[in-house]
Amino acid sequence: MIEFRQVSKRFPDGTLAVEDFSLVIPSRKTTVFVGSSGCGKTTILRMINRMIDRSSGSIEIDGEDIVALDKVKLRRRIGYVMQNSGLLPHRKVVDNVATVPLLNGVPKKEAHTRALELLDTVGLDRSLANRYPSQLSGGQQQRVGVARGLAADPNILLMDEPFGAVDPLVRAELQQELIRLQRELDKTVVFVTHDIDEAFLLGDQVVILQKGGVIVQKGSPTEILTAPANDFVADFIGATKGKRALHIDRRDGRDVVLDSEGRAAGVLVDGSTGTGEEVPT
Amino acid sequence: MNLLVDAFAWIFDPAHQAGANGIPTRLVQHLGISLLVLLVASAIAIPVGYLIGHTGKGRTLAVSLTGGFRSLPTLGLLIILALWLGVGLEAPLIALIVLAVPPILAGAYSGFEAVDRRTIDAARAVGMTEWQIVSKVEVPLGLPLLIGGLRSGTLQIIATATLADYVGAGGLGHFIFVGQKSNDYPQMLAGSLLVIALALLSEGIFALLQKLVVPRGVVANQSTDVRRPSSRRVAVVGFPTEERK
Ligand SMILES: Nc1ncnc2c1ncn2[C@@H]1O[C@H](COP(=O)(O)OP(=O)(O)OP(=O)(O)O)[C@@H](O)[C@H]1O
Ligand SMILES: [Mg+2]
Repeated sequence: MIEFRQVSKRFPDGTLAVEDFSLVIPSRKTTVFVGSSGCGKTTILRMINRMIDRSSGSIEIDGEDIVALDKVKLRRRIGYVMQNSGLLPHRKVVDNVATVPLLNGVPKKEAHTRALELLDTVGLDRSLANRYPSQLSGGQQQRVGVARGLAADPNILLMDEPFGAVDPLVRAELQQELIRLQRELDKTVVFVTHDIDEAFLLGDQVVILQKGGVIVQKGSPTEILTAPANDFVADFIGATKGKRALHIDRRDGRDVVLDSEGRAAGVLVDGSTGTGEEVPT
Repeated sequence: MNLLVDAFAWIFDPAHQAGANGIPTRLVQHLGISLLVLLVASAIAIPVGYLIGHTGKGRTLAVSLTGGFRSLPTLGLLIILALWLGVGLEAPLIALIVLAVPPILAGAYSGFEAVDRRTIDAARAVGMTEWQIVSKVEVPLGLPLLIGGLRSGTLQIIATATLADYVGAGGLGHFIFVGQKSNDYPQMLAGSLLVIALALLSEGIFALLQKLVVPRGVVANQSTDVRRPSSRRVAVVGFPTEERK
């Protein structure tokens, strides 16, 4: 569990990026921060591994205040995945994945074996292990980035718009992969995006932020969809338009689900609502 | 053309191969001075340049200092130093070090600065210490520019070490100064040709070195990938354009 208590961050130039931010991030769940550019998502995320030091308030991981911890040690037990993968261009894929275990003194052979397993985990062919990052596609680089984030088997995985720079098809694939991974690995994932669809898809807890890291609403995707806290949220999630505002029309004896434009989004099937989380009723 | 033939004849004349003023002795002296200067200048410039490049501090100071040093006329400096320290090796060594530090320093810090900030940020975020960021990320990725700085520094050292003999410190300058005094143009030209040969040799070695040390992933990067440009301005290591004499 990660707990923010009245955390503020003022940068040296005077910018108050985050003000009085309090939040509990539950263990083994995915929490997604979503909000428009500059609202403080990255700042909040990076305060968790102390890449940014808070100005006031406290941040605790499992009850332990992180100021008391050594920065380097803290970072080595928290996975971090960023938008541009951040891989070391002069190191092969396998060495990139093994970075943290090698820093921690794991013997090279063992670290490499584990790195190869991790390539399997993130759905990459082992034949890519000896390539350099520049010889991979953007999507493959992101997978390597995720594998590196997982290499030290951290409990916490921080992901800052990890799929922001890949094309929509690859993004959808990576999102599914992350959902699968999360089912297998059960990490505490903190994920930043400005794509509300991505937030609803991945998040157990979705936190909608406004400028200054102000929480406008937090809850499960269903909670937010069914009861947007205010017009800003309703507008942000597009509750009143497009594919979120669905209605049912009876045609040829079947219930057809239409979007706000009247285009068919699907048909209602009896008793197969599945988890049903994403369908507003 | 005749002069050139005479100069080559002078170089290969058996009479000029032996003794304190023979070509081998002078060549070795010239090389020795150059290497010593390169070592001392590197020992000063590389750590300082790395410090500037890693911390991003002191850059302005370094740029103006190096700019100032670069504009010092080496011959003038040499004479002042020689008047102060006397005839011998010290004066030319110091003058040459002053000449060689700026390009090496620039190569060292611009090499670090050319590393993508996001790569360094990621290295820090996964838990590298500052020292590990320097040794495992910045040094290897900055190597091509450092070698470039060493290359241009060495070229300047070899060319300018010709002046060393002006204050009796030895080296290939001897042939040029003696030739000039006695209007022995073939000897003068022979001296110059030998210096040029040394310079070309060093260029060759550094060209090879540059090929060898450029990190492999970065080579691939240069040829196939333009997606990850450096987020910082890349300083260009100057190639010596001014003649120093
Ligand atoms: N190092 C810094 N110095 C000064 N101000 C900063 C710094 N880093 C971020 N800020 C400011 O803090 C605010 C929040 O920035 P942050 O990077 O957290 O936003 P974000 O929500 O991640 O945005 P984006 O979606 O564009 O990544 C912005 O106004 C930004 O300009
Ligand atoms: Mg951000």
